[in-house]
Amino acid sequence: MNRIPVVAVSVGMATGIYAVSFGALGVTAGLSILETMLLSLLMFSGASQFAFVGVVATGGMAAIPTAIASAWLLGVRNGFYALRMAPVLGMPGIAKVLSAQLTIDESTAVATAQSSQSGERRGFWWTGISVFVFWNLMTLAGAVLGDQIGDPANYGLDSAAAAAFLGLVWPRLNSNLYRLIGVSALVLAVSTSAFVPAGVPVLLGAAVAAVIQYWGKR
Amino acid sequence: MTLAVIAASVAVFSWKFLGYLVPERYVANPRFKQLADAITVGLLSALVGIQGFTSDSQFTIDSRLPALILAAVLLYFRMPFIVVIAGAAAFSAAIRMFI
Repeated sequence: MNRIPVVAVSVGMATGIYAVSFGALGVTAGLSILETMLLSLLMFSGASQFAFVGVVATGGMAAIPTAIASAWLLGVRNGFYALRMAPVLGMPGIAKVLSAQLTIDESTAVATAQSSQSGERRGFWWTGISVFVFWNLMTLAGAVLGDQIGDPANYGLDSAAAAAFLGLVWPRLNSNLYRLIGVSALVLAVSTSAFVPAGVPVLLGAAVAAVIQYWGKR
Repeated sequence: MTLAVIAASVAVFSWKFLGYLVPERYVANPRFKQLADAITVGLLSALVGIQGFTSDSQFTIDSRLPALILAAVLLYFRMPFIVVIAGAAAFSAAIRMFI
């Protein structure tokens, strides 16, 4: 099916929209353009990157251990995506590094929405590479423009990120079980977010999904 | 700071890489795949909630709600992903500008 490249580029461009705000936020937080770019190239995981610069912006150098811990905690779900994608991609030896680096929400979401193993593979690589390219180009643009950009919320970029996650999960909401999982995970995450560290509410969403799947299939 | 950036990146990468090191016999079965797909739906849905309805970890309703509703309508009518995202961003920016 040739829809995969179109979806992949579309998802890449969309993530590029808020990569601009990440780039700007990075330099505003006191990171150099190079350091901001290193986060997008090496860390390459939106939520972790935003958390890292967010903590550094408020706490400076003293907050570095907290910044690293927050980024790490928000990255847990990528490990889970890796478990899901590993048997599909079947990467040999050191080549696993490549697939690992591209294992993020977007590539996994597009992959798992496909109905065949080869479709999942194409979905993963197309989306992973597309997001990597757009994410880094637009981070650079944001970092160079810096605080000339102003508050990202003025452009609705926070809404863009929320809509992007909705768009990624949308094709999967095709059964009552998955719709129940979706609503439960959303409500649980939002209602617990004030009481647990950042990153944990999303993992609670994963846990409730596992529980509902288990009971639903009995 | 550059060292901190690299250390944090390695920490985040470790999760991604660990997942690929688990022997295939544990993860290459239909039951695990089914569970993993359900968990992916849970993770993404939770992210919609966190990104759409919280600010600094507090429950918040603002122009992101109408933007998400618009996104849902556009998705229902099978609009391309980029149209959905740009539409949601523009709608929410317009609301903030005029209200």
